[in-house]
Amino acid sequence: MVVTIIRKELSMLFISPLAWIMLALIQLVFAGFFLVRLDAFLEIQSQLLQVINSPGITEVIISPVFALAAIVLLMLTPILSMRLLAEERRNRTLTLLISSPVSITDIVLGKFLGLMIFLAVVVMLIVTLSISLRIGGVLDLGLLLSNTLGLFLVTACFSALGLYVSSLTAQPAIAAIGSLGVLLGLWVIDLVASETEGWIHYISLLKHFRYFNQGLIDTLSIAYCVLFIVTFLVLTIRRLNGERLHG
Amino acid sequence: MIDASGSVTLSTQNLCRNFGHHAVVYDVNLQLRRGEVLGLLGPNGAGKSTTMRMLSGNLAPTSGSIEICGIDLLDKPLEAKAHLGFLPEVPPLYFDMTVDEYLLLVARLHRVDKQAMQTMLKDVKQRCGLGHQSKHLIGALSKGFQQRVGIAQAIIHNPDVIILDEPTVGLDPNQILEIRRLIIELGVASSVILSTHILPEVENVCDRVQIMHKGTVVFDQTMIELRQQDSNLGDIFTQLTQS
Repeated sequence: MVVTIIRKELSMLFISPLAWIMLALIQLVFAGFFLVRLDAFLEIQSQLLQVINSPGITEVIISPVFALAAIVLLMLTPILSMRLLAEERRNRTLTLLISSPVSITDIVLGKFLGLMIFLAVVVMLIVTLSISLRIGGVLDLGLLLSNTLGLFLVTACFSALGLYVSSLTAQPAIAAIGSLGVLLGLWVIDLVASETEGWIHYISLLKHFRYFNQGLIDTLSIAYCVLFIVTFLVLTIRRLNGERLHG
Repeated sequence: MIDASGSVTLSTQNLCRNFGHHAVVYDVNLQLRRGEVLGLLGPNGAGKSTTMRMLSGNLAPTSGSIEICGIDLLDKPLEAKAHLGFLPEVPPLYFDMTVDEYLLLVARLHRVDKQAMQTMLKDVKQRCGLGHQSKHLIGALSKGFQQRVGIAQAIIHNPDVIILDEPTVGLDPNQILEIRRLIIELGVASSVILSTHILPEVENVCDRVQIMHKGTVVFDQTMIELRQQDSNLGDIFTQLTQS
């Protein structure tokens, strides 16, 4: 049943122009930034050659592209996640899903995974962009892998949070602003955390992403992201169940 | 009440629903047999829609139980809902989809067999008069056709119990006649509950009438009994619900 919901979410996403425009714009921005970094690398290449243990193309070009991607996706995921439940509620179509023989867990998982497949396409586009560098050089595949994993995990966190906020309201716009607000809040914590080395920096999503960005696959970061995702998915399920119970 | 005409498909026992301290529905006992069309009447705010939302699993009752084809809706919601077709007050339509896409989605949600899907789709479109609208976007259809898609959505999987909340709202007189004919047809093989404000509709279509007032059933009789007593449904309705 999850597959039916995933199929429905993806077809709804791709019959609207939003998804296509977004994919095109994201790719344009990343490709532009990628070229700027490539240009900068070519300029300093001769100086880098003189330094022992100098950073390679992966560190100079790909890591910054992924760092930018994390921030761009932080801004864009709320726009994609806002419709998931809020629009269904506003158009009264949630009734259809709930009166069908589909469990609420399946509905929530299907919606989450549907969005994740779309975002995985975005991540894969960036990976393809990076792999194109192999034409002229050698890539640090380990660093690329850790970046890909990190970006995938943080976007999954963004989606899970966005899905939960979307379950709270019947207005997609409010859902978008709400989840953007919370995600920006989590980013600001990151800025605070970089100054004071306290416990608070464990909460920030982008702080954890930075480890992946540097090539460090930390179990703590993976555990944090997984916990974050599971927590918000469970909260969404509880919220939808509560609606049935409390009206 | 022993009537051998068919097995019980839907029964509720002392169904109650509170919103806060306010009891919207209390002590509703329904029993529906296969091949029966039940008309649920009542003034606005009598609790008809709340009852229907509970029967369709969209709202949990505060107390009481619901059984669909002998399966408890609260214990085994997925099994019970497989026997159910529901058209809410506002039809749950995805405006960006075409009629075919939408009906196929509903069929998949109800676990209709892949091989049977195309024949069922064709059949339901023919029954609801949607033959020429297959490739149209639902958002571009007129209100009447959207309502038909809503009804098609509720019956595509041949459910045993069909719940229709004001199915003829927004339709023109010809369409109303067609839909009534369809409901009578559906009532042969399944059980249908239909809520409405239009009294002649009940007299034409239903086998049994229940009138709800202030959250509970105040009148329950079969149409045959009603005709034998030669009483007027309109008078009964006014008498019971104006006090």
